[in-house]
Amino acid sequence: MCIAVPAKVLSIDKNNAVVCFEGVKTNANVELVGDLKTGDYILLHAGCAIQKINEVEAKKTLEVFKQMLEQD
Amino acid sequence: MNIITLEHGNGGEYTHELVRNLFYKHFQNELLMQQSDSSILGNIGGKLAVTTDSFVVDPIFFPGGDIGKLSICGTVNDLAVVGAKPLYITAGFIIEVGLRIDILERIIISMANTAKEANVKIVAGDTKVVGKGDVDKIYINTTGIGVIEDNTLYMNSSNIVEGDKVILSGTIGDHGMCVMSKRAEFDFDTDIESDCSLLHILVTDILEVSENVRIIRDPTRGGIATTLNEFIENTQMSIVLNEEYIPVRSNVKSMCKMIGLDPLYIANEGKIILIVSTKDAEKILEVMKRNKLGLESRIIGEVIGDNRNKVYLKTEIGGTRILNMLEGDLLPRIC
Amino acid sequence: MNYVDEFVKEGLVENILKKIRSSAIRDIKIMEVCGTHTMAIMKYGIKDLLPQNIKLISGPGCPVCVTSQGYIDTAIELSYEDNIIIATFGDMMKVPGTNSSLKIEKALGRDIRVVYSPIQSLEIAKQNPEKEIVFLGIGFETTAPIIALSIYKAKNENINNYFVLNSIKTMPNIIQKLIVNKNVNIDGFILPGHVASIIGHKPFCFIGKEYNIPAVITGFEPLDILYALYQVVRDVKYGKCKVENLYSKVVEYEGSRKAKEIINKVFIPSDSNWRGLGNIENTGLKILEGYKEFDAEKNFKIVIKEQLAQTQCICGDILKGVKDPLECKMFSKICSPSNPLGPCMVSLEGACAVYYKYGLRR
Repeated sequence: MCIAVPAKVLSIDKNNAVVCFEGVKTNANVELVGDLKTGDYILLHAGCAIQKINEVEAKKTLEVFKQMLEQD
Repeated sequence: MNIITLEHGNGGEYTHELVRNLFYKHFQNELLMQQSDSSILGNIGGKLAVTTDSFVVDPIFFPGGDIGKLSICGTVNDLAVVGAKPLYITAGFIIEVGLRIDILERIIISMANTAKEANVKIVAGDTKVVGKGDVDKIYINTTGIGVIEDNTLYMNSSNIVEGDKVILSGTIGDHGMCVMSKRAEFDFDTDIESDCSLLHILVTDILEVSENVRIIRDPTRGGIATTLNEFIENTQMSIVLNEEYIPVRSNVKSMCKMIGLDPLYIANEGKIILIVSTKDAEKILEVMKRNKLGLESRIIGEVIGDNRNKVYLKTEIGGTRILNMLEGDLLPRIC
Repeated sequence: MNYVDEFVKEGLVENILKKIRSSAIRDIKIMEVCGTHTMAIMKYGIKDLLPQNIKLISGPGCPVCVTSQGYIDTAIELSYEDNIIIATFGDMMKVPGTNSSLKIEKALGRDIRVVYSPIQSLEIAKQNPEKEIVFLGIGFETTAPIIALSIYKAKNENINNYFVLNSIKTMPNIIQKLIVNKNVNIDGFILPGHVASIIGHKPFCFIGKEYNIPAVITGFEPLDILYALYQVVRDVKYGKCKVENLYSKVVEYEGSRKAKEIINKVFIPSDSNWRGLGNIENTGLKILEGYKEFDAEKNFKIVIKEQLAQTQCICGDILKGVKDPLECKMFSKICSPSNPLGPCMVSLEGACAVYYKYGLRR
């Protein structure tokens, strides 16, 4: 029900950040996520960052995908 | 500041001054300089091709082009894809009062340069000025006249047969997404450039090597999905496309993803899509790839005779979906 | 890693499909609750890749489709006021009210503007102090914190010409309603990943614990969806009924603390009216008293009047997956994509619109 894309944080100025999703930069409100730094990835929905993307978890999921598919 | 006022459109002295200082100055050719109510053209040796189009684009200047270049390219391309050699263009301008004259001049110069490149003459014109808010800055209406020198040439969807190949000349969605990214309501910063360009040479190259081109179009509004549906609309054929072979620049793809649009439905202004016989497909591809506007040309699909009259897309993961014509407006979505 | 491509290819698709085929030992009905999942399934042609005995049902998770006619009528009524600018997500433009739509009203000259973000409509309010800006607040929990934030900011910045016509809906209880309905027989759920990124994994756990139905929270790339389908099919096969989280890169067990905080600051749970399903307890959010000055209904003293549900429209049953569009008397006769009555025809990817588009007739 909700289009959201993973975007990389390029710079932060108080409540706003410049974020980039694969060649498209935009300003995003980042008040809804805490503890953000340049280089982090966020989930962008309707002009706002709604969650920080957890790289460790992303890798884990990919690993799970791969492992599960190797076994029967 | 020099701006367009209502007097520039009343047919009096201001109008004449504008015509002299801008239109005659930049469009300059012997036919236009007849300075009459109608321009008298010479005999045209062949079948006539006539097209008309209106150009309304916001913003009027965008990366890769402007409304002036767009108006000439669009008109020339419409003539070219039916196999006509573009000769003459007329241009009508509807201008919102208050438009800066230097901006108008930039547009005129851009039109003049593009016309020169296409080797077409702008032979007649008209200017009207309307009130604030009645139009958005400037609208341009054109009519294009071309000649079809080869009397046997008639490209039409009725020529399409099973097994024919679909060729696309390059990436899709660049123009539409470029313009959209520059609209005030979006806060997007991208390096997407409009593909706005003249396609007549590319088309000529193709028609020189093959007599088995069924149909050519430049897939503007509605994107390639809509054009392909138009191709088969009155036939018994269907088309199967392979998504993997359809090139989309990553920034175009990203922006589409962010606002919920599909590049297959986004406008192009510098691409052609054509249906050709299997036999000639490779030969045509070769010649297209030698043109700088066709470097990324590819066979993206083929015609099948399933009597269902559909455009199918084999998706990147191997599924199939049906592509209909564009329905509704292209508006940003959140879901 | 850009968090997209890795989840598209990796050569795993064919492998997963093989596994799904070999695990699907009986007829299985799986509901994808979220409209964005529905769109992705269509876009990638996933239905076509699945074995025949797996049936995917599109759930009620398209906020636009389930927006009631009464809501649209009210928005249109507000747009008639010369002083009002309506700001809305693009999705809402073509949704039909009783006699008109926002698209038609805009064409007739009403000031209706499409925005990408509620925060943008706040900017419109600042730039037009002499006007009153009404933002059409629709969406689920994903969008709720952003709308809440816009209201909260309006209060903090003393912006007194910004209002929200609110119809935010919430997920867990509507899923529960579908499950307890005797006619509905769903073997598993694909759960809305972005809603879960806000409210967390936890509010969905009841599906497995209380109702013994497997469910998976997942993302929106093909691999995410296919893997989730595989997981559900496998769980059905082995009789497992856990609610799995395959979207842990953005979904924590408790969700987003900050987002939930702002939602609770501005909103309180309430009933909500769903097109095709009617008024359902505790499936929406309403604006709290403390922020009532931003509530368009209160400020303009209007009430969203709900029309009686179209008596013959069976979208409710179609959304629940118990009926087929062809069983509807109105299908293709009175109700069509250009004149849609129920949610399943409103959405381009709704069951009825898809049937209509692909020429399926009685």
